[in-house]
Amino acid sequence: MKRRDFFKLSLKGVITAGLAKGLFELVKPEHILASTSNIRRVFLIDAQECCGCGLCIKACKLENEIPYESSVSRTWIERYVLTKDGKVHADATNAGKDGFTSTKIDLGMGKYKDIKKEDIKKAFFVPKLCNQCENPSCVQVCPVGATYQAADGVVLVDRKWCIGCGYCIMACPYGVRFFHPKYRTAEKCNFCYHRISKGLKTACVQACVFGSRKLGNLKDPNDPVTKTIMTERVWVLKEEYGTKPQVYYTNLSMEVR
Amino acid sequence: MVHGEVWTIKELFVYPNEFIYWSIQIVMYPFMTGLVAGAFVLSSLYHVFGVKQLKDMARFALVFSFALLFVAPMPIVLHLQFPFRGFNIFMTPHFTSAIAAFGIVFSAYGAIVASELWFIYRKHFVEIALPLKEKQDKTLFEWFKYLVFCALTLGVYDISEESLKRDEKAIKILAGVGIPVAMFLHGYAGFIFGSVKANALWMTPLMPVIFIMSAIVSGIALCMLTYIVTMEIRKILVSRKKKPSHMPQTTEEIKGVEMHVIKMTARYLLFFLIAAISLELLDLIFRGYTAVKSWDVLRSVIYGRDFVDIFILQYGLGNLVPFILFLMPGLTIRRAVVGTILVLFGVFMMRWNVVIGGQAFSLTFAGYMHYHLPIIPHDWETFKEGLGGALSIFIMPFVLFWIFNKIFPVFSFEKSH
Repeated sequence: MKRRDFFKLSLKGVITAGLAKGLFELVKPEHILASTSNIRRVFLIDAQECCGCGLCIKACKLENEIPYESSVSRTWIERYVLTKDGKVHADATNAGKDGFTSTKIDLGMGKYKDIKKEDIKKAFFVPKLCNQCENPSCVQVCPVGATYQAADGVVLVDRKWCIGCGYCIMACPYGVRFFHPKYRTAEKCNFCYHRISKGLKTACVQACVFGSRKLGNLKDPNDPVTKTIMTERVWVLKEEYGTKPQVYYTNLSMEVR
Repeated sequence: MVHGEVWTIKELFVYPNEFIYWSIQIVMYPFMTGLVAGAFVLSSLYHVFGVKQLKDMARFALVFSFALLFVAPMPIVLHLQFPFRGFNIFMTPHFTSAIAAFGIVFSAYGAIVASELWFIYRKHFVEIALPLKEKQDKTLFEWFKYLVFCALTLGVYDISEESLKRDEKAIKILAGVGIPVAMFLHGYAGFIFGSVKANALWMTPLMPVIFIMSAIVSGIALCMLTYIVTMEIRKILVSRKKKPSHMPQTTEEIKGVEMHVIKMTARYLLFFLIAAISLELLDLIFRGYTAVKSWDVLRSVIYGRDFVDIFILQYGLGNLVPFILFLMPGLTIRRAVVGTILVLFGVFMMRWNVVIGGQAFSLTFAGYMHYHLPIIPHDWETFKEGLGGALSIFIMPFVLFWIFNKIFPVFSFEKSH
C-alpha cells in the first residue's frame, strides 16, 4: 500500500468512527429514558412537624439492612439548640434512631453539655437523607460507573461493581454516603427504591407519624408535594455546591448545616 | 464496625456517616507517585536539557523511577474495599471521574519509562546475551540468565555505532515526551483532590501545581539519598578491595564524583523547593484573605489543631531547616543526607496535612475528626491501612531497585549514555 492510500484510508476510518460515536452519543439510551420518563422523584420535609422521635430512622435501618447498632444510617435526624448567647448547638447521636430523650447535647469524645431551659432561644429537629441531586457529584466521581442516576432521578449504587475507593463518599457535600458495614460497598439512601418502584411509600415516610416526610413526583402537577414546591416557600440544603438537590424543606432555619 | 470508625474520633457536631475514610494509604499514594514523577524529571534534565553534571544521576534516577512506578498504584489497591475489583477501572472507566484516567495515564507513563530504559540498556543486554549464546555447556543459572537477557534484547542484536546513535535520539525524544506525561501523572493526582468540591481544604486549582512541585522536590531528594547510600556502599567495597570489574575507581575518585553530583542536584532541589513553598503559601494567604464560609473551620484546623503538623513539622522541619542546610556554604555528604531526609519528611507531611487535614473537619463546619493511625494491627484492615501497610509500601521500591539493578546496572559509568 502506498503512503498516500494509507493516509486516505486512515482518514476515512477516523471519520466513520467519529460519526458512529457521534450517533451513539445522540441516541444515548439513558437520555432517551430520562426524557420520556414522566417521573422525577423528590422529597419534601416539613421540619416544623419533626419531633425527633426517631421512628423513621428505625424503620429505615430495618428495611434497608443497615446493622441496627452501627453508627451509620441512610437517613438521620439532627437536633439544633440555639441559646440566647447566640450560640448554635447541634448533635445527631446514633443518627437520632433512639430519639432525643436527654436534654444534654452530645459534644463527642464522651462529653455532653447540659443546657438550661431558660437559656434556650429556640430548638428544632431536621431530618436528613440523600438529596438525589439533579447534578450528583457522587456519580461524577465514581471511577467505574458503579453509582448512577436512574431515569426518575434517584441515584443508585451497584453493590456488585463498586470497588470501594470512597471517592463518592468524599465528593458528597451532604455526608450521606458511607461504606456498608456488611457489604463493604458504598451505601446511601435511595428513597427505598425497591419499595417505591412497586408503588409503596418509603420506609421513613411510612413510619413518620406526623407527616413530616413526603415523597413526590415533580413531573406530576397534581401531586400534593409538587403543589407545595411550586406554590409555597421551600428551601434546599447547601445549594452553593451546584448539585441541585431534590429534597425540599419547609420551615427550615438558617442555622441548619 | 463501619470502615473508618476504628481510627476516627469525632468531636462536636459531625454527621453520623462521616469518618476519616481516606487514611494513611491515600497519604502514601500521592507521596509515591510524586517520587516517581520527581525521579523521572531529574533523569530528563540530563537527557533532554543536556545538564551534563547530572549524567551519573540521570541513569540512576530513571531506574529508580521504574522501581517506584510499580509501587505507586499499590497504596490504592491496599485502600480499596475490594482490591480485586480494582480492575473494573480498566473494564468500565467512567471518564467523568478523575480516578478513571489513572489506568491510561499510568500505563502510558510506564510504557515511556520502560522503552527509554530499553534504549539505554539495549547495548548492555546484547553484550551479555551474545557471549552466553556462544558458550557451550551452560550452567542452569547461565541458561536462565541467557533466556532473560535474550528476551530483553527483543531480538535486536545490532549494536553498531550508527544504530546506537539512533538509540540516543530515541532516548532524547522519550525523555522529552516523558516530562509532560510524568507531570500529568502527578498533577492529575493533585486534581483528584483539588476537584473535590465538597472538601473546603482540597478544592483549589492550585492543587495539581503544588503537587507537581513538591513531587519533583521529593523525587530529587530520594534520588540524592539513595545515590549517597549506594556510593557509600561502593566506597566500603572498594576499600575492602573486593572491587567488581565495573568499579575501577578508588575511594577518593568516588568521593569526588559523589560530592560533585550531590552539589549539582541540590541546586535543582532548592529551585523546586522554593516553587513548592511559594505556591503553598499563596494558597494559604489567599484562603485567609478571601475568608469564605469555610474559612472559620479551616483556620481553626490550620492554625489550631494541626499547627504542629503544618507549621512545625512540614514548613519548619521539612522545608526551612533543609533549605538552610543546603544553602550554607561547604555542603558535606552528611549534611546532604540530613537535608534530603528532612525534605522527604516535609513532603510526606505535606501529603499528610492535605489528606488527613482535609478530613480533620466535618462537612457541617461545626465539628472535627481526629485520626489515630493504627500502629499495632488487630486485623487485616488495621494492618493494611495502618503503620504496617504504609511501611511495606515505603520499603517496596528499594527492594525492587535492588532487583532491577541486576538487570539495569546503574553504576557502570564508562559506557553510560
